[in-house]
Amino acid sequence: MGKTVRRLSTRSGKRSKMQEARDSFVFARYFFMVAIVALIVLLAGFIITLGPLDISVADAYRALLSRAFPGTFQVDPLTERVVWNIRFPRIVGGILAGFGLGVCGCVMQAVLKNPLASPFTLGISSGAQFGIAVAAVLGISVFGGPYLLIGNAFLFALICSAFIIGLASVKGASSETLILAGIAVNYFFTAMSQLFRYFADDEQLRLMTSWGMGDLAAFSWSKIYIIFGVFAVCIPLLMLKAWDLNIMASGDETAKSIGVNAERVRVYILVISSLVVATVVCFTGTIAFIGLVAPHMARMILGGDHRFLIPASGILGASVLIAADGVAMNLIAPTVIPTGIMTSVIGVPFFMYLMLKGRRKEFWT
Amino acid sequence: MMIQLQAKGIVFGYNSSPILKDVSFEIGPSRLVTIVGPNGSGKSTLIKCIDRILAPERGTVLIDRKDVTKMDRMEIAKNLSYVPQSSARTFPSNVFDTVLMGRRPHIGWLSSSDDEERVWEVLRLLGIEELAMSGFAELSGGQQQKVLIARALVQDTKVMLLDEPTSNLDIWHQLDVMNIVSDLVKKRRMTVLMALHDLNLASKYSHGIIMMKRGRIMAAGDPASVLTSENIEAIYNVEVAVRSQSEEPFIVPIRQIKQNGSAPKSGAGRFFTSRKRRSRLPRSLAEIKEIRLS
Repeated sequence: MGKTVRRLSTRSGKRSKMQEARDSFVFARYFFMVAIVALIVLLAGFIITLGPLDISVADAYRALLSRAFPGTFQVDPLTERVVWNIRFPRIVGGILAGFGLGVCGCVMQAVLKNPLASPFTLGISSGAQFGIAVAAVLGISVFGGPYLLIGNAFLFALICSAFIIGLASVKGASSETLILAGIAVNYFFTAMSQLFRYFADDEQLRLMTSWGMGDLAAFSWSKIYIIFGVFAVCIPLLMLKAWDLNIMASGDETAKSIGVNAERVRVYILVISSLVVATVVCFTGTIAFIGLVAPHMARMILGGDHRFLIPASGILGASVLIAADGVAMNLIAPTVIPTGIMTSVIGVPFFMYLMLKGRRKEFWT
Repeated sequence: MMIQLQAKGIVFGYNSSPILKDVSFEIGPSRLVTIVGPNGSGKSTLIKCIDRILAPERGTVLIDRKDVTKMDRMEIAKNLSYVPQSSARTFPSNVFDTVLMGRRPHIGWLSSSDDEERVWEVLRLLGIEELAMSGFAELSGGQQQKVLIARALVQDTKVMLLDEPTSNLDIWHQLDVMNIVSDLVKKRRMTVLMALHDLNLASKYSHGIIMMKRGRIMAAGDPASVLTSENIEAIYNVEVAVRSQSEEPFIVPIRQIKQNGSAPKSGAGRFFTSRKRRSRLPRSLAEIKEIRLS
């Protein structure tokens, strides 16, 4: 112990070499956060310019700012309409959807202590898909009009996760119970959807299939307001638990001994993230992959602190989604490839690259 | 008379098969007490019940005369720290962040510079400051154990519980970890209760030893009075020779005794042959406070 006591002399003096190393690590985290926010702004500005109508990057930003400062920024009315009513809602919707999926994937992996967990682990997407099938084939829905499909998808997604969370709460909310229940319920709703598919006619089938592939085409400002409202409440509630999520990755026993009621936090997180995911999924359909992979990307770059990890997963999810959507719309224009397909086509190679080049080797061994 | 940690009539069972049957003891401040006993005797379970990681069916735990059963988790974490046997993390974390987690009971959403300074202090105290930015999973067993102790230390509790902290370590690191813990007891006047398999380590470092079998305390007291060849034979079914080396008993195993045959031999059964006799065993470790340090 002699040598360890000696080191105490560095206290309250200058910062030691290790302290400086940590300081620069913390700085790097903040820098990375700022960098990805800047990236997404640039990316959005660039993607707005893509499409049948030629719009320059400068015009795109000018059009966006023209509503806030009509005196300073002016563009021709057609550009403004295209930017504000067609391209910008799709990008904002994409950012919100990607953000929500990334954040929920991140917290889901943390509370389920499983790197394979994603926003859809609790069967939300198969529940939503079943809701669509019910609406498409039987024409039964809680809402009418434009929300015929959306309302059903939302409702069934929530029923699905509520069932799993309820089951786990009775049985003890361990991560294993939740994952197993999630997989079981997933199979059940998938089977039910397939049953409906079997009896569906061509028109109904097309509706179900296109929804299942995931698309950002449906976004309008009114839908964005709904998503934004849900996020404004739910995301801060998730962020509040960042510390507890850090601790829960060490196991429930350790978490309890440090003062975190692991089971209660797990249910809390699952309830809120289910609400977020159901809100996203009912508008976009199943966009797989982002919720699984964005948290891993963030973790490889930032390390395991959820105070940074949660927002970073969201922003990376948003970046990948709008980038993929930009490609999907313009690759073989005027045909638009469904976004859900393109996210995997673009995201998988990028993820593979990070897996091979990532410096945090311990995670993959 | 000061009592730092007191357990009263703790009963615990998994699906009604009892693991702990009415366990009671008292430990004074600045004491290092080890729980020894065969596998499955309830050592780890007892420690988890004290920290309420497991909820005992009956019984209370008092720290400084405050009832742990009436505290919420955060409150318990401010009074009791727990060092698990090992910690496998699902996702990577560096040493500094791992230790900083121990400040959770004291911090809000943002960690203050005081919290971080506290972590540095403890890392230096344990001689692992250089590892601060290394990944926890990349460390050796001995280093990991020190990190887990550091995390418990930054909780700033008077009482620390450890679950077999030396079980995966080589002999150098066993002594290293035990010296660290022993220093905490001496210099910071902490009270430490740990489960331990190694009887010689227990003998060398403990002020008091609790010997358990099948969920009961069979013997308790200072090392010399507990670690007798009769007791060890009765509890472990192992014949041993006990040497006295600078007053601490030193145990050399000789051979196993068949569990369902001749053994336990004469005298060996005196601790648990009958209920009447068992009740004469020391239930309270109040006398541990009077042990003179060698």
